[in-house]
Amino acid sequence: MEPFSTTEPEVGTGRDGYDSPSPDNIVILAQDLWKTYDMEAISVNALSGVSFSIVRGEYVAIMGPSGSGKSTLMNLIGCLDTPTSGQYWLNGRLVSELTDDELAYIRNKEIGFVFQTFNLLARASALHNVELPLIYNGTPPAERLERAEEVLRKVDLGDRMDHRPNELSGGQRQRVAVARALINNPSIILADEPTGNLDSATGDEIMNLFERLHQSGNTIVLVTHEHDIAARAHRIIHIRDGKIDRDEKVG
Amino acid sequence: MAKQLRNIRENLLLALDTLRTHKFRSFLTVLGVLIGTTTVIGVASIITGLNNRLVDTMEQYGSRSIYIFKFEPGIRFNLTREERMRKPLQYQDAVAIRQYCPDVEEVAVDMFYNGPAPGAKYKGQEMLDAGIQGATAEDFSINGATFVDGRPYTELEDTHRLNVAVIGSDITKRFFQGEDPIGKDIIVGGNTFRIIGALGKRLSFLGDNSDDRTVYIPYWTFRKIYPDAKENLIVAMATPNRMNEAMDEITAVMRRMRKVKPDQENNFGMATADSVIKQFNQITGMVALVMVVLSSIGLLVGGIGVMNIMLVSVTERTREIGVRKAIGARRQDIVWQFLLEAMTLTGAGGVMGIILGYVLNFSIRTLFPSVPSSVPLWSVFLGFLVSISIGLFFGMWPAMKASRLDPIVALHHE
Repeated sequence: MEPFSTTEPEVGTGRDGYDSPSPDNIVILAQDLWKTYDMEAISVNALSGVSFSIVRGEYVAIMGPSGSGKSTLMNLIGCLDTPTSGQYWLNGRLVSELTDDELAYIRNKEIGFVFQTFNLLARASALHNVELPLIYNGTPPAERLERAEEVLRKVDLGDRMDHRPNELSGGQRQRVAVARALINNPSIILADEPTGNLDSATGDEIMNLFERLHQSGNTIVLVTHEHDIAARAHRIIHIRDGKIDRDEKVG
Repeated sequence: MAKQLRNIRENLLLALDTLRTHKFRSFLTVLGVLIGTTTVIGVASIITGLNNRLVDTMEQYGSRSIYIFKFEPGIRFNLTREERMRKPLQYQDAVAIRQYCPDVEEVAVDMFYNGPAPGAKYKGQEMLDAGIQGATAEDFSINGATFVDGRPYTELEDTHRLNVAVIGSDITKRFFQGEDPIGKDIIVGGNTFRIIGALGKRLSFLGDNSDDRTVYIPYWTFRKIYPDAKENLIVAMATPNRMNEAMDEITAVMRRMRKVKPDQENNFGMATADSVIKQFNQITGMVALVMVVLSSIGLLVGGIGVMNIMLVSVTERTREIGVRKAIGARRQDIVWQFLLEAMTLTGAGGVMGIILGYVLNFSIRTLFPSVPSSVPLWSVFLGFLVSISIGLFFGMWPAMKASRLDPIVALHHE
């Protein structure tokens, strides 16, 4: 497979002085993505021809009201779904036509999910929750523990490793989720309304954590409908009616 | 491969954790599997016990003994016309066997009392269920009888039709507590016999052995006292390792003695310890088959329960499945997770069933010492294997269902 060979991608829409855009440091390249849902009589276009690219180290917010198609776009970016048509390259790999199992592998290696509702396993300790992605790529137990402890310390939860989610505060839970997202050194961290279930102070704390991760070189894609949250990113892609409405640099 | 094993270990721990979380629910779910496994183990242990006991009981009479009857041994409900017309075995048949069968070492002839037990009396005490039997002197050595006191009668005592007797152990116990029976006179059916020997206790198969309640008197004495008795039993002992040859020779001699034409079936029967055990095995085999069918029903019901609870489990944990898929679990990972959970569940039921089977076995041994039941190892393996297979089979559909969930839908499941 030779990505980038068919069409020279249009890059740099969001250049904001991090890396000079070149095929090598493009993490996400979406070209004319369509997603059509077939209802009984009619077809609904959730996405109608979305194209954009994200460079390594960028901090991007995808913003839009509910029903705008941003959730659909997030599912495509997160490799949870495949587009009806169009191409999606993730880290140089065309993923829009992969099978379920191949997508699972990509999700494991390339994407770190952070959900609005944390989605931790209730019966497992923080440590076990964080090491879970490593189980699915066959990392040996000793290495799993070592790496899980390391990322938990990175999100300042070194002293809460054996706690179960119900013994942790909302902010701590979301930090466990962030640690889980980080453990495989993914190409992107994909956060879906990460502060939606938190009070504003705790939400702020989580946003600071994202800022820190961004500064240490992680690529972050944040999906939100709140302008305040989106404003913490360095670039906002506005989605409306399944299309990119506006793509602006901020900060 | 190592990766796969690690995943299995991981899933196993997870499954055990789920089991711990839902102890009571899990227990109820695998009750059917538990009962099914217990039945398998229990029945297998009883059959093994009966079998061992039968082998021991038969072997005390000598593995080289060949019993010759008027009829084919075995359970039968009615006799054919030919069978009803058969004449009894004759003393002369035994003489012929001794003479013409080179592979027969010794021959004994027994004669049984017709009708209900005559009972025995000693010094005003009475033992109603005591029986009497005529036997030639060889009978004791062929049948492996042990003498705790005295001696067997001699051929001379037999041919002179003397009123001497060798008594079974129950009779000794009943009449001669702390007393030497030798030389005492015992009355059986109105006739007085001088006791010259006392036998050791016989092993018995189910209940007590009637040999222990028997007064043995010389064959010819018996015939003198009971001239109406007709039915002889001939016991031949083969030379070592020549059982089949001895049986062939006996068959040939008996056919000639009983004037069986070449195109006719034998009009007599033979049995050995081996053949009795084989026959018993056929019966227990059928009992085992019936129990297998019954326990299969328990296991089937248990299996459906497991499938049901696994479907509940999949629904309850839809979100978890979504999360696992989102962070990289493939279909097979999810399938294995739920399959192993179902197998752990039924496997645990199987282990409990095996333990209960052992308890059952212990209770039987304690309550019925004459059934020395013992759990055969194969039934433990079978029980465990079957219970795990139940989990595998009935867990398959829920596991497949879980693995096919769309991660997006699963993640938003409430």
